[in-house]
Amino acid sequence: MKALAGGYAQARDLRHALDLLGQADGMGRVLAGGQSLIAAMNMRLTSGDLLVDISRIAELRGVALDGGWLRIGALTRHAEIGRDALIARHAPLLTRAVGHIAHSAIRNRGTIGGSLAHADPAAEFPACVLALEAVLHLDGPDGRRDVAAEDFFLGVFETAIEEGEILTGISVPVAQDGERHVLREAARRSGDYALAGLCLLRRTAGHRLAAFGVGPCPILARGAMEKLDHGDIDGAVAALSGEIDPPGDTQASAAYRRHLAGVLLRRALSDLEGEQS
Amino acid sequence: MTISFGNPDRPNSYIGKTVPRPNAPRLVQGRGKYVDDIVLPRMAHVAFVRSPHAHATIGAIDTAGAKEVKGVLRIFTGAEIAEVCTPWVGVLAHLKGLKSPPQHALAVDRACWVGEPVVAVVATSRAAAEEAAALVDVDYDPLPVVTDMMSALDADTPVLHADMGDNLAFRRLHEEGDVDGVMATAHKVVSARFKTARHTGVTLEPRSILADWNPAEQQLTTWNATQAPHMIQTVLATHLGLPEGRVRVICDDVGGSYGIKVHVYPDEVATAAISKIMERPVKFVADRLESFSTDIHARDHEIEAKIAVDAEGRILAIDVDDWTAIGAYSVYPRTSAIEGNQVVNLCGGPYDFANYRAQTTVVFQNKTPTCQYRAVGHPIAVAVTEGLVDLAAAELGMDPVEIRRRNMYADDVYPVTSPAKMKFEGLSHHASLNKLLELMDYDGLRAEQAALRGKGIHRGIGIASFIELTNPSPFMYGIGGARISAQDGCTVRMDPDGSLVALSGVTEQGQGTEAMLSQIVAEGVGVSPDRVRVITGDTQVTPYGGGTWASRGAGIGGEAALQSARALRGAILEVAGAMLQSPAEALDIRDGQVVDAASGEVRMPLEELGRIVYFRGDTLPKGVPRELVQTRHFITSDYPFAFTNGVQASYLEVDTETGIVTLLKHWCVEDCGRIINPQLVDEQIRGGIVQGLGGALFEEIHYDAEGQLLNGSMADYLVPMAAEMPDMVVGHVETPTMESELGAKGAGEAGTAGAPAAVMNAINDALRPLGGQVTAMPFTPERILRALGRITD
Ligand SMILES: Cc1cc2nc3c(=O)[nH]c(=O)nc-3n(C[C@H](O)[C@H](O)[C@H](O)COP(=O)(O)OP(=O)(O)OC[C@H]3O[C@@H](n4cnc5c(N)ncnc54)[C@H](O)[C@@H]3O)c2cc1C
Repeated sequence: MKALAGGYAQARDLRHALDLLGQADGMGRVLAGGQSLIAAMNMRLTSGDLLVDISRIAELRGVALDGGWLRIGALTRHAEIGRDALIARHAPLLTRAVGHIAHSAIRNRGTIGGSLAHADPAAEFPACVLALEAVLHLDGPDGRRDVAAEDFFLGVFETAIEEGEILTGISVPVAQDGERHVLREAARRSGDYALAGLCLLRRTAGHRLAAFGVGPCPILARGAMEKLDHGDIDGAVAALSGEIDPPGDTQASAAYRRHLAGVLLRRALSDLEGEQS
Repeated sequence: MTISFGNPDRPNSYIGKTVPRPNAPRLVQGRGKYVDDIVLPRMAHVAFVRSPHAHATIGAIDTAGAKEVKGVLRIFTGAEIAEVCTPWVGVLAHLKGLKSPPQHALAVDRACWVGEPVVAVVATSRAAAEEAAALVDVDYDPLPVVTDMMSALDADTPVLHADMGDNLAFRRLHEEGDVDGVMATAHKVVSARFKTARHTGVTLEPRSILADWNPAEQQLTTWNATQAPHMIQTVLATHLGLPEGRVRVICDDVGGSYGIKVHVYPDEVATAAISKIMERPVKFVADRLESFSTDIHARDHEIEAKIAVDAEGRILAIDVDDWTAIGAYSVYPRTSAIEGNQVVNLCGGPYDFANYRAQTTVVFQNKTPTCQYRAVGHPIAVAVTEGLVDLAAAELGMDPVEIRRRNMYADDVYPVTSPAKMKFEGLSHHASLNKLLELMDYDGLRAEQAALRGKGIHRGIGIASFIELTNPSPFMYGIGGARISAQDGCTVRMDPDGSLVALSGVTEQGQGTEAMLSQIVAEGVGVSPDRVRVITGDTQVTPYGGGTWASRGAGIGGEAALQSARALRGAILEVAGAMLQSPAEALDIRDGQVVDAASGEVRMPLEELGRIVYFRGDTLPKGVPRELVQTRHFITSDYPFAFTNGVQASYLEVDTETGIVTLLKHWCVEDCGRIINPQLVDEQIRGGIVQGLGGALFEEIHYDAEGQLLNGSMADYLVPMAAEMPDMVVGHVETPTMESELGAKGAGEAGTAGAPAAVMNAINDALRPLGGQVTAMPFTPERILRALGRITD
């Protein structure tokens, strides 16, 4: 199928991008890496969009350390995240996630902002930022605002981004000494979206567990986290099973995904132990 | 003079060597020419409105909104196309009882599957045509659907085509010996129910056609991505009411076919009809979503099968009840009964046993039509046979290798006729198996498997022997009344500079046919392969031939090339003899030079001979023939098919908690007779294995109960990808066919034939101690866990 765009404009800077969106009469659509949007357009899942290409806005790209926060620009590409030394040191969960996202060609173009804004239920980065307690920065017609990751993902492809707003970046609290991050997922083929996946953090304050591919959006498994804090692995597996709401489709049934989440949790825990030793 | 293939040091020894592919630089540099690359003056594009219903009557068609779209030229309904294009019926006389209703290029009155073309929109661009197609309003009245295969013949299932009386398209029962009697008294009888999933071929280049009716010439020229240009020529001529000679089908580069592009597709015929009506070039290139719902599907079979063995593991009887659902129509002109028919022909293939019964039941349903796809029927027959043999071995506590050794036809019994009545000229099951075991270090792997089992790691080794049908004679299609040629021809010409042009009726689909032909012609005449240009795929240029299917390119087209090259060599030497005043027999051609056969001394370069013949013919004695163009044709006649054989092995690991299978290594030893280009054969085997592994682990087209296609995109239909593929070791045994001087049989489908069975047997080998077994492909993680009882809800 041939895509049908309503128009295209390249934004010079953030202000310009916001203006273009403001003038688009509700038909504006941010174009970042294009790895999800262009595919959707080519299948005519969306058409008539006035594309506002933000990919050249330098201020939205890059990684910086800012006190206890790691600030990552929305346009930072998956491949850049994967090789960034600051991220490897302060938020290794993101480094690990990159190896599971699609293939090199897609990682070279796809952006973390695009991944978060797109909010695919099986995507890695949304679950990562949820587990990491990141803050997402939005800019829009009414100014800037910050949204906690927990309040950002609302449903399948649905986020807290309002009409006319752009996700400019995220801030991730830097990992404390001794903090451990693991990511476990299972997919039918390497690079496919996960059938189920887990981000597991062990902090001095306790565990953080976010699941993806097992609900309409990434799920923070509080019940399982609590059981893990008490060292109750079987309890955590049981709790997780109750907290997720996996879909069934042509790849696997909900029952399989639920089972898989339990297996992945046990494996993630043994990864954590392996990390610690 | 015959070629001493056994002597690697013979002059011009290109047959049997890996030589560079002449078309590779063109393809990798992006200089190929696919249908989509061709742009003609006044060319229009067509997009199709396709049925969103699996079964519905077509009511009023409102095109008013669509006509408003800028760039739209014309919109056609089925009735309008039917005025210039007659419907076709996909039956063959030798498949007794096969029935199928007339099928139109665009559905008339009734649509029978999701994706069937209903309305054609022609515009100045594909984008405009698509935009308008979305605005065409068709008034559908949904009809009851038939989607389930096994209940298609039940009394309370609606009949899909009322005129056909019932949903049975074809049934064939073959019986040999006394199956029931033997089963009743045998030492062991083991049974299983197998399933192979609905697949499609997923060619890199989608189906494409550019049709150009020139009213001034009264000729239709089409550029097609096809495997069988001459067959398409006949079909277009027949259904558009044109003389065959006024249809020219050109086939430039083709981006993979796998059998998908050897069939007649309604949208392609409609495109040609539209060109005829509009008197201008019209292009149709399927997009990926259309490909999934309109390229032929295949392999949708359910099989109940039994094997009886004696206490020593000898096979006494095999009983197969095969069912397949072929969609709404039997595909024209090869029919959709061939796959089931092949299952009947091929089950039990490698084994010397006496009592055999096989029945195939082919039913209609409201899904995309199925037809021949790489290794037609083989993966099914091999899975059933090899699955049964492994189950019998397990039941007897016998090693899977041992049971095969006890039953495979001995290497010295040929010629022999199988209980399925297949004639084998010469196969090498035991030599191939021995070579395989050596390549894979079977005993070492078994030891490793046992050691790892102790550590909770579950690995499996699976073996699958197979036979493969290649080089078909007219017994495949011709005797059934189809104008599908089993013979093929080649013309070889020497030009003044001593270079050669070879025109062949077989086609290049990206698999290397041109390389194969160039080295045969090079050796046959006596020049280096880079002095040979190969032209294929043009019905007004090449000799008449069948094209590329059923692994016939090298065996049939290659022999025609060899014979025409040998004839040209003779013609050249005749002229040379006259010029050099030497008997032709005393001369030879080596590396582009006429030489003294005995001493090898150079007598004259071919360009000198060319110069004299073409420009100074006055200096040659009057009456010396100067026929530097020679054509030969070849057809097999001793055997209906040249069977090949081989054996594959898979080594894999099953994660018994997730159900995920990791392929560790794969081996294949096959016997395709004379190997012309080892690298091309190995890559055919590897590519074929990959498609077989796809079927074993990933590929499955899903429909819901209403006949809606659920996974028609590359995101949802999982093709095998590089990361999951194991290393593959390929070995060969060579048993040339005596039907031809070349001795080549086919190699293109062997990999696909055996790989799924090898994987199935390996998975079951891994699961056996845990008490699980899988026989329904693809073996998804979920199916494996369910077989292990790890998930039950
Ligand atoms: C074959 C394939 C496999 C893939 N596999 C995976 C996978 O395994 N895991 C995974 O996580 N992803 C996967 N992806 C998706 C990939 O990661 C995308 O890059 C990502 O989802 C979107 O990022 P993008 O920059 O390409 O965004 P785009 O495609 O440009 O945009 C996506 C959406 O987000 C919006 N958007 C983008 N940036 C912003 C912004 N800054 N502010 C507001 N809205 C914005 C767009 O308007 C659009 O709606 C895959 C993609 C492909 C093609």
